[in-house]
Amino acid sequence: MKLRHLAVVTASLVPTLAAAADSNAFNPDIALVLSGIYSDIQHDPDGYTIPGFTLPGDSGPGSRGFGLGESELAIYANIDPDWYGMFTYSMHMDNTAEVENAFVQTTSLGHGLTVKAGRFYSGLGYLNEQHSHTWDFVDVPLAYQVFLGSQLKDDGIQLRWLAPTDLYAEFGGEWLNGSSFPAGGSGNHGRGTYTAFVHIGDDVGFSNSWRAGLSFLHTRSIDRTTCIDAGCSTGTPDSFTGTSRTLIADFVWKWAPNGNVYDRNFKLQAEYLHQGDSGDFTPAGGSAASLDRKADGWYVQGVYQFIHGWRAGLRYDRLRADNPGVPASTRRATRRHARASCWTTPTASSAASACSTTTTTPDRWPTTSGMCSTS
Amino acid sequence: MKTFTKLFALVLLAGVLRPAGADIHVFACEPEWGALTRELAGDKADVYTATNPFQDPHHVQARPSLISRLRRADLAVCTGAQLEIGWMPQLLLQSGNNRIQKGRPGHFEAASQVKLLEVPESVNRALGDVHPDGNPHIQTDPRNIGAVAKALTARLQQVDPANAGYYATRGSDFLKRWNAASDRWTQEAKPLHGVRVVVHHDGWSYLFNWLGIVKAGALEPKPGVPPSAGHLAELKGALAGNPARMVVRAAYQDDRADRWLSAQAGIPAVELPFTVGGTPGATDLFGLFQDTIARMLQALKK
Repeated sequence: MKLRHLAVVTASLVPTLAAAADSNAFNPDIALVLSGIYSDIQHDPDGYTIPGFTLPGDSGPGSRGFGLGESELAIYANIDPDWYGMFTYSMHMDNTAEVENAFVQTTSLGHGLTVKAGRFYSGLGYLNEQHSHTWDFVDVPLAYQVFLGSQLKDDGIQLRWLAPTDLYAEFGGEWLNGSSFPAGGSGNHGRGTYTAFVHIGDDVGFSNSWRAGLSFLHTRSIDRTTCIDAGCSTGTPDSFTGTSRTLIADFVWKWAPNGNVYDRNFKLQAEYLHQGDSGDFTPAGGSAASLDRKADGWYVQGVYQFIHGWRAGLRYDRLRADNPGVPASTRRATRRHARASCWTTPTASSAASACSTTTTTPDRWPTTSGMCSTS
Repeated sequence: MKTFTKLFALVLLAGVLRPAGADIHVFACEPEWGALTRELAGDKADVYTATNPFQDPHHVQARPSLISRLRRADLAVCTGAQLEIGWMPQLLLQSGNNRIQKGRPGHFEAASQVKLLEVPESVNRALGDVHPDGNPHIQTDPRNIGAVAKALTARLQQVDPANAGYYATRGSDFLKRWNAASDRWTQEAKPLHGVRVVVHHDGWSYLFNWLGIVKAGALEPKPGVPPSAGHLAELKGALAGNPARMVVRAAYQDDRADRWLSAQAGIPAVELPFTVGGTPGATDLFGLFQDTIARMLQALKK
């Protein structure tokens, strides 16, 4: 399968409010993100599969040709002396829309404590919390696609505690509804998913900084549906009832001369994900069988900005699955790896465009995912 | 899970091992406010400066270390006027620290203490990095430093009432020395009055306003937009008819455009400290102004 994405253009429009002393001064901040994409995909995107894994319904490389990327409207403000609130509404290229984020967050607890409640991206891993328009590549790594359904976003509450140390040390936990992959069906009466994570980080001089993290995700699923291909275009979905445990280790190293990121900077980022599922799996058209499956994957990527507005990056992904008790078929291959490269194009002060080509190799062994970059 | 426990214990231990002596932790956004806090609070405050003099304060990443330093701060001393709009709101949100949130005594903005110049009548992103509240680079006028010192002394007393007397003594001692030095600098800089100077970025409005220096143009076509060949050529043409005596830039700015104009227009390119630590001579706030004026007077002789 050959797959090529070209050109992503995003622009952030963040009007700054004049400090006028009228009622408008209380208006919240508003940000609008526009993005556009051109994709050249040789094979039918609906047939997108990742051997060895079933995919949540909305995954896939997107559609062919020119298209509008995600248009995102964000509104955020301090609500009162104790709370901050954020709302982001995301409009997709197929004219569907969703409430991407809607949460309130405390600002007055002190003692390093912050509580967030509502719908938000989970704080686990490194990439998970970032909005798609801030990704360096147009899609998430394969491991995020198969283990987290691209990004873990759910309704629930989050508690974070920052240690009172010079070393950055953050401990967090979340209690979530469980409607978002790898959970499904809101198990345990909508209280079946929880996460725990720790992040530590520091500087090395003014030019270097790093962050490392360890995260754990426990999900309980009831009749979670997945498909062998993107969009479930062939056959009926598979179904899974049981628990999944996911472990994520992440590491990021950033470099910018004297802390000046504007002209030149480099970012090296790597994450390892391990997932174990145990429960009952009903393959499409088959009968239920008990499943005890382990899979893992990782990626490493480096992105270098060599002049303001121009970046180049490279990402390498790898996945491994072990699916005992499941009928062997081409989609149940045990290993695959992916390569991707990306280069980006000019950006204005708050607008960016990007471009990339990805080669995907066929069949059950190497396959890849397409990608490209945004800013 | 064992690793988690060990890590947790290590972090707690590190938390206990705080440096002794200082009564309050201060997070200073820029070096000039870190230096001023040291002048006013002496050894009563442990001052952490978030940025260095070779760093563009408009573009700073919200690094993990900055979040952890802000989490412990009793007082954050920043410029305000939206200079830190790109990074401070993120730090404040993630700090889990209620003492330094906007509107609290622990949140101090220097720009609120002085009258801002160049307040735009309308703002539009097409105009570049325009600051809607006015020009935030207030630290280049010593009279502003004096006004901020007065307000910061009061704020230190409010945040750390146990040492209020100490801050009062130190504050009045600093102001006495500062006012005397300011008068001296005003005298020394008299030859600069009416001199036409090209700036790299609009970071010198307060200095020019103080000393009566005339801005002859800017290398940046719009604030925050890097100098372009077309704009530089235009500027060179304008200077041919109405020459300037020098072109000045801050230590953190790229000097290529300055050197080009310097060669083309035959005027010296001068690097100024802009903040404490920007040049070897700018070791403290006194050195900052001493060195700024010395460098400009030196260029005038060329």
